[in-house]
Formats: sequence, C-alpha cells, structure tokens
Amino acid sequence: MTNTQPTKTQPSKTQPTVRSCPFDPPEEYRTLREQEPVAPMTFPDGAAGWLVTRYDDVRTVLSDPRFSAKRGILRPGGSEGEDIPAPPPGLFIMMDAPEHTRFRRLLTGQFTVRRMRQLTPAVEKIVAEQLNAMAAAEGPVDLVQAFALPIPSLVICELLGVPYADREEFQRYSATIVRLNSSLEEFQQAQAAMRGFIHQLVLAKRENPTDDILSELVRSGELTDEELTGVGVLLLIAGHETTANMIALSTMCLLQNPEQLAALRADPSLMDSAVEELLRYLSVIQFGVRRTALEDVELHGRQIKEGSMVVASLSSGNRDAAHLADDPELLDVARAHSPHLAFGHGIHQCLGQQLARAEMKAALSALLDRFPALQLAVPVEQVPMRDDMLVYGVHELPVTW
Amino acid sequence: MKILIDEGKCVGAGTCVLAAADVFDQRDEDGIVVLLDADPPHTSLPQVRDAAARCPALAIEVVE
Repeated sequence: MTNTQPTKTQPSKTQPTVRSCPFDPPEEYRTLREQEPVAPMTFPDGAAGWLVTRYDDVRTVLSDPRFSAKRGILRPGGSEGEDIPAPPPGLFIMMDAPEHTRFRRLLTGQFTVRRMRQLTPAVEKIVAEQLNAMAAAEGPVDLVQAFALPIPSLVICELLGVPYADREEFQRYSATIVRLNSSLEEFQQAQAAMRGFIHQLVLAKRENPTDDILSELVRSGELTDEELTGVGVLLLIAGHETTANMIALSTMCLLQNPEQLAALRADPSLMDSAVEELLRYLSVIQFGVRRTALEDVELHGRQIKEGSMVVASLSSGNRDAAHLADDPELLDVARAHSPHLAFGHGIHQCLGQQLARAEMKAALSALLDRFPALQLAVPVEQVPMRDDMLVYGVHELPVTW
Repeated sequence: MKILIDEGKCVGAGTCVLAAADVFDQRDEDGIVVLLDADPPHTSLPQVRDAAARCPALAIEVVE
C-alpha cells in the first residue's frame, strides 16, 4: 500500500460531522478507528491533514513534543502548508514549551483541586440562585439561558474579575469565535472585539486592582498588557462555553437515559463517576484538537510530513473499545473511573478541569434534587443541537418540571 | 514501590490528586505536584499506577 500525503489535487475524505444520535459521535469514527486509524482528511474549515481516532494515538499526538500546538485551534481559513504564524500574545493554548510553561505556571495555582473545592460553596450558592429564579418562572424555560450558561459565566466572571453585567457582549463574541461557519472576517472581528473588551479591563485593573485573577496577574508584573489580554480572552471563553454546554447536554442526555437518571437519583454518591462518564461520553470538543508536525513522524505506517496538520479526535478516542473494554458506546454513570480524553492530554490538558468538575457536580446535583419531575418540554428531535459549533451541546433546551 | 516525580514536567492539572489523594498533593502557589508519601503502602499501588497513567505531562514514574 502506498502512503500518500493529502493534497488539494488528491481529494481525501472530509471529517465526519453528521451524527445519527445526538449523544454519539458520527458513526464513521468507529470504522476509522478499526480500519484507518491515521486517515488523510479534509476538515470542516477546508484545511487538509490527518485525522487520528484511536485512544492511544490521540494521547501520543497530544503528548509528543514532535507535534506542535502552534495553530492548534480549528478556525476558519486555515490550510495546510502555510507558514505557521506566531500565536497571538498570551494565547498559550497555541504555544509549545517552554513559552507555554511560563503562562501555565502563572495560572495553575489558581485552579488546583484544593482551590476548586474551596470554591464549591460559592458555586452552590450561584446554582441555588439560578434554580430559585427558574422555580419562580412559569415553565417551560430554556435551561441553557436560565441555568447552564449563567452558572459558569458567573463563576468565571467572579474569578477573573469580569463584570457579569457585560455578559451579553462577551457571550456574543465568544459564540462567533466558536461558530464553525463564521466567515474569516466575522471570526477576526469577534476576536478583535473580545480582545478590546478584555484589554479595557486589563487597563482598569492596572489603575484599580481588585481581588481576582486578572488583577493578580497584573500585580505579578510578569506579563505585558497584550499578553494579559490574550490570557483573559482564553480563560473567559474556555471558562464558560465548555462547561455551559456540558451542563445542558448532560441534562438532556440523562433525561433521555431514564434508567441512568434513576440510578443517579437513587444514589447521589454516584455523582463523581457520573460527571466523568458524561465528560467521556459527550466529549463536547467535537472536532478534536489540532496539532502541527514539527518533523516527519510515522504513525501506523503513515508518513506524516513535517508541517502537516494532525487532528486528534477526543470524542472518537473516548469511544475506543480497545481502551474501554466494557462497552464504550453505553452511558454508565456507575462506570469505574477510567481515564478519558474529554479535557485533552499532554501539557495543554484543560487548566480549568477541576473547576469544570466542581461546576458540573454542583449544577447537576442541585437540578435533579430540586426538580424531581424535570422533563423536556419539546420532542427530543426538536432540540436544536450545536452541530455548527466547535463546542458541541444544545442551542436551547426547553424543560418543564 | 518507589515514586519519582518531575516537577519540571508537571502542568498542575491535578489528575494525580484525584487518583491518589494520600500520595499526591499540589503546591498552593503554583499547583505543582507534591509527593506526600514517596514510599506508600503496597495497597495503594493501583491508585498510584492510575495517577501515573493519567498524568497528562508524564511527570510521574512508578518503580516497583
């Protein structure tokens, strides 16, 4: 068999994007894992490269320093073979060590397991307030707007020192940035607007520091305003888009799996394993994580040339039966805690993962407890899924109780 | 069992603390791994192995 590089003149397959079930990755991933674990691929934004679908290979791509995170996020207008541009200042998810290390080390102390546990009562208070507001309203309500989105938004605003009153503005920029079919112009405009928004905040913190991460970073004197702005943009987007979608999609998934929901309600001590299982099962970073080969790399007999783009599919790796013998296609809230790829792997593994866990646990526990008769207010087929967004989930989730 | 940790590689994800809280902790100031028990009882071997396997930065080595 001849191994060929994907080029524009040799049409390769396009990355699977069509789901037959809202909670499962596209079915083609199973075939790819079995038959073509490193596949030449055209990505939804038109770029060409390789798609890696097995659990072990995803871990390899994300932890091997021969794969660079520069140009590491899927964005409109990208294509293989371009020179790799320098990442925008402070956008450390698109940097390699040791540049990346400098930024990450400034932040890891803010997101430790202990810190996030200390934060849990504050998160629970925010959750209770959202539930009170929901209960006071006449159903049906949209769970995304009433619950799933406000919780992580309020928490990350509080942590970073962003005024929550400005949420409509930053949520709008963020939505454009993660929308797959935003034009390059729209994407760049939203990115610039988001940077402008955070830059103003950084200037304000320099004048008048408060008790939050942005002010602490200002005080550290380690970063320029441009770098601080990049860090702020990254934390704000990552801090609310992902968790909001996990909360809403998890709720929908549990409602559609009544036996699993009943098991969780009957034994709330399963919440820790349920959260890990939902993270694994739903894997909302639906198109995976992009890397660039810094040298020629051979993987499963495929020659990945220097400069090629490689996408590691987190959602596919999380359904790999070679890794998870006990039917990875099943949702099992009592599943023994096994490693998963939902937060990525390697030095870029999610900085806020302990925060995400704390938010998911607080939100799902209180929601199920408060509304024992929670149900979808529309037929499941009518729930608008986020097939068009880099972060999967639901656009709306009408519920009654 | 002997546990080797590489602070230079650690990225402070906290996965080891979730896997084996009796053996691993994180420094408050920068989240970097702290080895609480360099020679834990044999009974904790599965958790320690799990922590090493989970570590996203491959910063934990277990010598049995």
